Amino acid sequence: MSELQVWTYIVVGLSFALYFGIAFWARAGSTSEFYVAGGGIGPIQNGMATAADWMSAASFISMAGLLAFGGYDNSAYLMGWTGGYVLMAMLLAPYLRKFGKFTVPEFIGDRYYSQTARIVGVICLIIISVTYVIGQMRGVGVTFSRFLEVSVDTGLYVGMGIVFVYAVLGGMKGITYTQIAQYVVLILAYTVPAVFISFNLTGNPIPQLGLGAQMADGVYLLDKLDQVVTDLGFKAYTVQQGSTINLFMLTMTLMIGTAGLPHVIIRFFTVPKVSDARLSAGWALIFIAGLYTTAPAVGAMARLNLMNTVQTGAVGSPDGNLAFDQRPEWMKTWEKTKLLEMADKNGDGKIQYYNDGGLSDATAALAKAQKDGGDVAAAQKKLDEVKAKHDEKWGKFGWNGNEVTKVDRDIMVLANPEIAKLPNWVIALVAAGAIAAALSTAAGLLLAISSAISHDLIKSVINPNISEKSELLASRIAMAFAIVIAGWMGLNPPGFAAEVVALAFGLAAASIFPVLMMGIFSKRMNTQGAVAGMLAGILVTVVYIFWFKGWFFVKGTEMAASKPENWLFGISPEAFGTIGALVNFAVAFIVSRITPPPPEHIQHLVEDVRIPRGAGAATGH
Amino acid sequence: MLDKSAQAYWAANVRLLSMCLVIWFIVSFGFGILLVEPLNAIHLGGYKLGFWFAQQGSIYVFIGLIFFYAWRMGQIDRQFDVHE
Repeated sequence: MSELQVWTYIVVGLSFALYFGIAFWARAGSTSEFYVAGGGIGPIQNGMATAADWMSAASFISMAGLLAFGGYDNSAYLMGWTGGYVLMAMLLAPYLRKFGKFTVPEFIGDRYYSQTARIVGVICLIIISVTYVIGQMRGVGVTFSRFLEVSVDTGLYVGMGIVFVYAVLGGMKGITYTQIAQYVVLILAYTVPAVFISFNLTGNPIPQLGLGAQMADGVYLLDKLDQVVTDLGFKAYTVQQGSTINLFMLTMTLMIGTAGLPHVIIRFFTVPKVSDARLSAGWALIFIAGLYTTAPAVGAMARLNLMNTVQTGAVGSPDGNLAFDQRPEWMKTWEKTKLLEMADKNGDGKIQYYNDGGLSDATAALAKAQKDGGDVAAAQKKLDEVKAKHDEKWGKFGWNGNEVTKVDRDIMVLANPEIAKLPNWVIALVAAGAIAAALSTAAGLLLAISSAISHDLIKSVINPNISEKSELLASRIAMAFAIVIAGWMGLNPPGFAAEVVALAFGLAAASIFPVLMMGIFSKRMNTQGAVAGMLAGILVTVVYIFWFKGWFFVKGTEMAASKPENWLFGISPEAFGTIGALVNFAVAFIVSRITPPPPEHIQHLVEDVRIPRGAGAATGH
Repeated sequence: MLDKSAQAYWAANVRLLSMCLVIWFIVSFGFGILLVEPLNAIHLGGYKLGFWFAQQGSIYVFIGLIFFYAWRMGQIDRQFDVHE
């Protein structure tokens, strides 16, 4: 066993001992503790737990990698996944806390005085949470498999077992305290390597400042990065290349999706007072910002270090590139996972990493046409065109196509400390952080799913006389089922994790957010409007996504290729949730105006949630 | 509690949160997306200003906005005597 593996076992093992110790110490007693920890959690603690709940494998592993390769164009993730908390703090959290129930469907059912509305709410919630948790299970599997050096499937089974034990036995209280510990592990794991790297590159240990600082030669880091990538034919890091409308819509979708995610909203039911719900959102965002303002530095610095590792000297000079047989150990390890691939296309024994203007794609297309009996002549013609253009620029160096043929974005954060040659204990810490991020979110989502089924379906619709003990048992069984289903789908994911997560956000934006907001801000909104709005919003969004991604993500069933020229108004399927939300608002408004207004006691209920005074602890009916 | 005072309290809340959301929109969608190019002509150390708003500045403003809203609402709650 290598020294790195020993370190990984020690650090990950210690962090697990901590989580399980806490879960055991805080075992849930009554039903209300299982769901919301008896309302006894203060705003700072709650903010920290919300942050751990919120920051998933997508934030921890994926986001900085997206920034590293997309630069400015991927800013939507930074603004979208933080700006949603402003909406949450002002439009939803305090009023839902005043309402004083356990779950989101419970609010929908009571506010819209209808079991139908509640059941539609439960269905939306389950669709959103399950799609989201599939991505998390996959993240757990990938992280475990890399650091325990087992297959992805085995890694996933290990992850399922661990999530099951503490989510099922601990309930919300166990999760809240465990998640505080996980936040600490996660943020240390993210910032420690960033501090090292920022200091090495700029002499400034604070990554947020290091990104805007000068390097040893007096050139600003971002200017240097723009220079390095454009010299190799890539687009400048700090400049926009994608369309403005898509960036705008994606940011908006992620923001309202954030505010509509049931497992995040449920967090604000756990604070003692309405004023604490407002503050709690602020604290959550502070703790989240610790990672989100560091991520741009991690992304930019990882990209710069990666470029400099391969391009060791001047572009085009014979000794300017890394020799294949001298490539560092981390490249070889990641090549084994097939998430990093390289090929010496021009046979010079060196690695060239540059933008070859589609030469590699055209070569692959020709090979595919020859193999599958496609239009070989057309593919050859296309290749000749691309090749002529390529050779004009790069032929003089003897280059023959990009030789780093695949760099999966999701490996950047995990590989980052290795690229920067940091000590093994730092790399082990990053592994522990990635696992904490994926596990904490999976556990929170599973709790939302299980409470929706046991509380909103079984207790209120199927069997209202169920005892507290049976309800608790039902919720544990529901959670175990959800883990098995999510794990099974994680073995055969319906597309890339990022697509699945984007779908979850789009669906939350299109269904839950509008119905909650209208429930508080419009006294006139009634059952008919809410149900029609939710159904219209979620249907439009689901159909648009399946149209371009395949029905139920089955490959080959797409109605059109997912390309900007095919998209409606140039809006990608990931960014379409905003349109779904607008459809929801519009349909709900029209339907509510042509149907009778809600009864008087509902209008009083709306008046009551708008006022902080009189908020008791959450109750179960 | 008088109905009139409840209405005034709610109106004060909606006024405050509308103002906050205008700022929320300006720093992210305005400075970070729609006006990014003109703002990029201005530099903040090594950061282009539009780029800085998109990847750093908007997040700091979001935090400030939530705490400002929570603090101001605390005052309004007491003013209308609806605090807990």
